[in-house]
Amino acid sequence: MASITREEVEHLARLARLQLSDAEIDHYAGQLDVILQSVARVSEVAEADIPPTSHPIPMVNVFRDDVVRPGLDREAVAAGAPAWEDDRFRVPRILDEE
Amino acid sequence: MAVMEHDLVRQDAATLARAMGDGEVSSEEVTRAHLDRITAVDDRVHAFLHVMPERAIAAARDVDRRRAAGEPLGPLAGVPLALKDVLTMEGEPTTCGSRILEGWRPPYDSTVVERLRSADVIILGKTNMDEFAMGSSTEHSAYGPTRNPWDLDRIPGGSGGGSAAALAAFEAPLAIGTDTGGSIRQPAAVTGTVGVKPTYGGVSRYGLVALASSLDQAGPCARTVLDTALLHAAIAGHDARDSTSISAPVPDVVAAARAADVRGMRIGLVRELSGEGYQAGVSQRFDEAVGILTDLGAEVVEVSCPHFEYALAAYYLILPSEASSNLARFDGMRYGLRAGDDDARSVEEVMALTREAGFGAEVKRRIMIGTYALSSGYYDAYYGSAQKVRTLITRDFEAAFDKVDVLVSPTAPTTAFRIGEKVDDPLAMYLNDIATIPVNLAGNAAMSLPIGLAPEDGLPVGLQIMAPPLADDRLYRAGGALEAALVDRWGHLLIEEAPSL
Amino acid sequence: MTTTHDTIPFHEAIAAFDPVLGLETHVELGTASKMFCSCPTAFGADANTQVCPVCLGLPGSMPVVNRTAVESTIRMGLALNCQTAEWCRFARKNYFYPDMPKDYQVSQYDEPLCFNGWLDVTVETEDGPRDFRVEIERVHMEEDTGKLTHAGGATGRIHGADYSLVDYNRAGIPLIEIVTKPIAGAGALAPLVARAYVTQLRDLMRALGVSDVRMEEGSLRCDVNVSLARPGEPWGTRSETKNVNSLRSVERAVHSEIERQAAVLLSGGRVIQETRHFHEDTGRSTSGRSKEQAEDYRYFPEPDLVPVAPSREWVEELRGTLPEPPSVKRARLRAEWGISDHDFQTIVNAGALALVEDTVAAGVDQASARKWWTGELTRIANDRGVELESLGVTPAQILRVEELVATGALNDKLARQVFDGIIAGEGGVDEVVAARGLAVVSDDSALLAAIDAALEEQPDVAEKIRGGKVQAAGAIVGSVMKATRGQADAAKVRALLLERLGVQE
Ligand SMILES: [Mg+2]
Ligand SMILES: [Zn+2]
Repeated sequence: MASITREEVEHLARLARLQLSDAEIDHYAGQLDVILQSVARVSEVAEADIPPTSHPIPMVNVFRDDVVRPGLDREAVAAGAPAWEDDRFRVPRILDEE
Repeated sequence: MAVMEHDLVRQDAATLARAMGDGEVSSEEVTRAHLDRITAVDDRVHAFLHVMPERAIAAARDVDRRRAAGEPLGPLAGVPLALKDVLTMEGEPTTCGSRILEGWRPPYDSTVVERLRSADVIILGKTNMDEFAMGSSTEHSAYGPTRNPWDLDRIPGGSGGGSAAALAAFEAPLAIGTDTGGSIRQPAAVTGTVGVKPTYGGVSRYGLVALASSLDQAGPCARTVLDTALLHAAIAGHDARDSTSISAPVPDVVAAARAADVRGMRIGLVRELSGEGYQAGVSQRFDEAVGILTDLGAEVVEVSCPHFEYALAAYYLILPSEASSNLARFDGMRYGLRAGDDDARSVEEVMALTREAGFGAEVKRRIMIGTYALSSGYYDAYYGSAQKVRTLITRDFEAAFDKVDVLVSPTAPTTAFRIGEKVDDPLAMYLNDIATIPVNLAGNAAMSLPIGLAPEDGLPVGLQIMAPPLADDRLYRAGGALEAALVDRWGHLLIEEAPSL
Repeated sequence: MTTTHDTIPFHEAIAAFDPVLGLETHVELGTASKMFCSCPTAFGADANTQVCPVCLGLPGSMPVVNRTAVESTIRMGLALNCQTAEWCRFARKNYFYPDMPKDYQVSQYDEPLCFNGWLDVTVETEDGPRDFRVEIERVHMEEDTGKLTHAGGATGRIHGADYSLVDYNRAGIPLIEIVTKPIAGAGALAPLVARAYVTQLRDLMRALGVSDVRMEEGSLRCDVNVSLARPGEPWGTRSETKNVNSLRSVERAVHSEIERQAAVLLSGGRVIQETRHFHEDTGRSTSGRSKEQAEDYRYFPEPDLVPVAPSREWVEELRGTLPEPPSVKRARLRAEWGISDHDFQTIVNAGALALVEDTVAAGVDQASARKWWTGELTRIANDRGVELESLGVTPAQILRVEELVATGALNDKLARQVFDGIIAGEGGVDEVVAARGLAVVSDDSALLAAIDAALEEQPDVAEKIRGGKVQAAGAIVGSVMKATRGQADAAKVRALLLERLGVQE
């Protein structure tokens, strides 16, 4: 299957929010290539008529009643925050609107 | 024989529980003995990332007080336990072996911890692991490797090397592990201890920091089959907070461990999980164990699971894919590490710098693979195909279980390897899981138990027993019988042969 | 970042191109608890007080589906004539954004709960009402994100902000997403069709009781896709205008995007595939992220949730709870009220059908109910650029006003002032009447005093009336009405005046 290029590694790193160094990109490009080639053999037996399994134990319709329960105290919420201001999580500036 | 005459830390959980029930010893004494043992040996073993002596002793005293007051207590009340650092415990550090969660204290208990507490089990501390459970050697912990008590230069298996080493070093008689591709069973095998991966959904995952949600399963670890069953019974059962939790009753694993009887049981040898690639001493001990099972009255046949040869490939696509998504939340915005926030960089830059600084090499590698396997254009060939292989493996198991009650194989292809030996060769490392992975893909239950030492290196060998989903009791019935026969032969548990450190 | 394009007049755009629309509507369901956890959904709570490990995405937490949210979605799907999936899964939509606690949204992807439906909408044209069938692609469930506040910078907007603050109270509130198939062939009516469709979705959700659709709280959000085609040619590149959050804005967004794209195409340019942002203040959109490098969401089935497989019995049971279909209901109401198509359509176009219906149900006659909602109140709503229901006037208040008019205590002019007072937040009908002193002056002696004063001021007019020029009475009546600030009954003033001067009609 595909051979992974340096550009693809950079693209993946951006998608996955990993700020890789140049050395890491080269390193991963080589390793991912080897790993992906070895796992690509799954397609050898993946015939069209075989249903995929997403959940190992088949179960359906697990629901909860629409009932309110108290959550966390705000002190507990704030305790783990790297930055907190005005009862909210403070995060760096956002460049692009979603 | 009164246990107080012996070293408390060398007793199994069932014995300690009985002695505490008889008033021979208090939970506080038992707990202190284990805390002292940790102080004495853990600088060499490094099984624990965090020990909580005050909290453990307070809990032990509470058990002693309630026992004195005549309150009814559970079968493991007052027994100490080592908890893998991937399960949350309110107010205690939970790092998952990663820098990115350093200092984070969850504001809530995992269901497993909640059940341990209500069973009055004493939690001593949190054990080391490969970062986010990615690995088979515990060398991928950001906090340094754990060492195998049988040989401190060797790995204790992974990802739950800390829990297995804590048992083998007599730092705790019970431990909790999690098993995504073998992380309970492979460490058990290489440390001469017992570990069970319950049926998927048998133990709640609520509060278990997810690696691969469709594969992860928490389970019991101990030095005997009965202790493992007692712990299994304490933590298993339906939990409304985990949508994948099974609502059926838990099979009576304790009765099965006590019955310890394989007469008339049909046992299948999986042809694809033997032969080439298996260390000679591993194969030898495995063959001997199968002989013992036959002698005990089991009917042993060979079965074929032809798609198992694709299991490793499917696993190393499904796991990274789910992991890449599960680990996205570690972005430095709400908890844990934040790196590079200088009030000028954008949120995207800070997230990327945080993840770069907070994750180790193996985690990044798997996130990249998973991101690739899920990306548009590659999904069908990689993730989609892997999910089909999963179906084929499940069908192989179903066909096999039409013929036999349980399947057996060596747990791992080799005994414990040396620290550093495979750390830079991911594919070689991944091969450790070759025998344990099919079970995770199909969701059924499996156990590893010790069956002797490999003659060539004197290190423990494990045997894996696999049962159909919801038939976890069969593991204990067969494992208990095999353990009893081996103890008869040796005069003691294999773990008694471990170095005293 | 912000690019503005020249536009051309709408009719020229339509003369050259056929617009094709696609509408994706997100509505917050009115459940008590969130989609996947038991936190409350109430609007307006203090920041980060309605959160738990699940909706904060804390490590180890796991989702459990709210049954009522599933039922609401199925009911909405049925009301939109959709099929209900026999088996479907949730999917994870992976992308990083600080308002999304897990950095993925639990949504549905290729297996929506409901699919293949339709909704008939009616728009008013110069040639009378015209029906359009809007085909529904899918109806699915997902979770809302947290709310960002942008700090620093000049505008409080995202651009130029120094940093942002996140409140996760909204994170995990159940959303229903309704996606249309391409809507083609509406021509110049496209903006009205879009508005009528969203209006009807809103009314439907309210009728089903699955959401009260508080638009001013942002609980309905519409993404508007527009592309243009020259007649007979394939559809062009589409743009997606995000966050169009009111009925009026839906119409305006479609309108302005048709003009903008037409201008680009007619000047020889190319429409680029992009996300655009709609601005309520200007009624226009600005360019956002270009979709040239489309985000790769890496959807896959959510492993933490098991599939949803509604039994046919359950679906039929839910079907049994559906209210009267809107088209049937409209026909019934039109007949009950005995009004013309045109009058009925005026109500619908004003977005006032449910309000009129509720007002009639409260005991007001249909003509009065219509008069208030489609007249004075619609005018005020339009002036303020808000939806009718957010004026805060209730059917019960209209009934009270009508009662006061019937007893002569109020007249129409005063009633308008009563509504002004209600909308200004001065209280209910009686409170406003009392506070503003709006009762009709019916005390004869007070009126006679006012009449005498007016006659004294205008002796020449008084003389004319005495001389038989009855039509001159109007000037005196006007003065009296002015003196009583409109609080008198003009007919009564006239009668008293004539009596006072001893003149017959
Ligand atoms: Mg959506
Ligand atoms: Zn919550």
